[in-house]
Amino acid sequence: MRKAPIFLILALTLLLAAFHLATPLSPLLDLRAQDPSVAALLLTEIRLPRLLLAAGYGAVLGMTGAALQALFANPLASPDITGSSSGAALGAVIGGYFFGATGPLVLAMFGAGGAAVALVALLLLAGRRSDTATLLLAGLAITLAAGAATSLALALAPSPFAFYDSFDWLMGSFVDRSLPQAAAALVPAGLACALLVRHVKALDMMALGEDVAASTGYRPRRIGTEIIVLSAIAVGACVSVCGAIGFVGLIAPFVARQIMRGHPGRALPWAALVGSALMLAADLGVRLAPAGRAIPVGVLTTVVGTPLFIWIVVSMRRRLAA
Amino acid sequence: MTPMLRASGLAIPGRLHRVGVNVEAGQMVALIGPNGSGKTSLLRAIAGIDPSSGSVAIDGEALWQAPPGRRLRLLGFLPASRDLAWPISVRDVIALGLPKAEPDRIDELLACLELEEFAHRPINRLSTGERARALLARALASRPRLLLLDEPLSNLDPYWVIRTLDILRDEVGYGAAAIVSLHDLGQIERFDRVLLLRGGALVADSTPDAMLAGSELPEAFRISRSDGNWRVSRPADRRSSP
Repeated sequence: MRKAPIFLILALTLLLAAFHLATPLSPLLDLRAQDPSVAALLLTEIRLPRLLLAAGYGAVLGMTGAALQALFANPLASPDITGSSSGAALGAVIGGYFFGATGPLVLAMFGAGGAAVALVALLLLAGRRSDTATLLLAGLAITLAAGAATSLALALAPSPFAFYDSFDWLMGSFVDRSLPQAAAALVPAGLACALLVRHVKALDMMALGEDVAASTGYRPRRIGTEIIVLSAIAVGACVSVCGAIGFVGLIAPFVARQIMRGHPGRALPWAALVGSALMLAADLGVRLAPAGRAIPVGVLTTVVGTPLFIWIVVSMRRRLAA
Repeated sequence: MTPMLRASGLAIPGRLHRVGVNVEAGQMVALIGPNGSGKTSLLRAIAGIDPSSGSVAIDGEALWQAPPGRRLRLLGFLPASRDLAWPISVRDVIALGLPKAEPDRIDELLACLELEEFAHRPINRLSTGERARALLARALASRPRLLLLDEPLSNLDPYWVIRTLDILRDEVGYGAAAIVSLHDLGQIERFDRVLLLRGGALVADSTPDAMLAGSELPEAFRISRSDGNWRVSRPADRRSSP
């Protein structure tokens, strides 16, 4: 474990969180001058849910990304690349527009269901420990299918505003979410992540192959099933409140493994921390954008993440060729 | 005296038919058999990897029920696959074989397997033979009572074939036991005992000399010895080249 980068990332995350809460500062100061209780309301009712969701969703993507990558023994397996985020969005859309689900917790359950279906589809299409090309193609197929099904569901939805509503929701955004919504996303996701962290040692041993892990007394199959279910719950709950956000789940584990000297299991908690920092930075970036132009945070992470994704793919190809 | 390893009734449907093996401490056992005869299945079954019926005890302790930390002290398992996805350093790979941090033991293994210069290199950047040595070091790390090694000699150069067998001889000298699958019949004389598998069943269990002199080995492998060289039996049955 390299200590310096860990303290650096911890400090950076806290700093970003403070910035996130305080930005922009002028309305906060103005309200405080007029009525301190209104300023406090602005902080707790509007800015706090946004901060919690950004930090929490980032952590969920980091940790589930790291767990899925360790399980599939592939640095490209993440909630977005495997199609589980798209599956969760589809689940939430179906729940919201066809089953009349309005409570955030019920929507979170539909989201988790959608993510679980997508992950099971991935297992059926690609299998565990498949090569990179198979994994990517299977993930692409699931993402495309879920995306098309989501469009279809929105087109057939009883509500005429479904498409319009869903833009704000599914593109990935933390704007105007309430504290109960934040709780509906983060309480199940937090519990799922707490259960995921138990497998840190087993996932490190699985880096030597499932047989070695099994010979040392771990149960790779059961752990695999648990990781699929827990990741689906965590990602599904977050997507149902904030929509799908790409690339944080890919990049954060990558950074965390650099810190943890390549260990895929030990990287889990640090991937969560790095994911938080990345998501806070992205949402701050969106906030600091010129007023009147609200870019969804998911668009920003995709714009920034795509070159990094391409770089990982190219460096993997080079390593295979070498 | 009860044997150190008592494995009985090991069965995997279609692959292994109720095989039992007892091995004494200090014994180095070769496991041979044609492709698909169940060598890997038997090693995996003893290690408790494949859910199989039967029971395995090491020094009277039920192996499959032991928790992870304890298992590392009882068993060292080396799989035939040398594929690794993650860039973990050789030093860290060996550390995964130890229930708690023992830097001195890692240094000892790095020296023994001449891996010092690769100590901090990611294992997936090494050659197959170097990777094989690093993975063997991990299996040996906790000085386990029983070593189950699936083709540890494949991909090794002649120097490392001899060195690996010497290292195993040292390990069993300290009171461990080893079951080692291999294909090179020229090496079986370096073992104390040879097990011959055929079609998922144990068909012979004897000393290397008796095994080489007996009829089971030529029958199982469809080869025969004449003038000191092994030849394929009944070449007339099949076309000798495509």
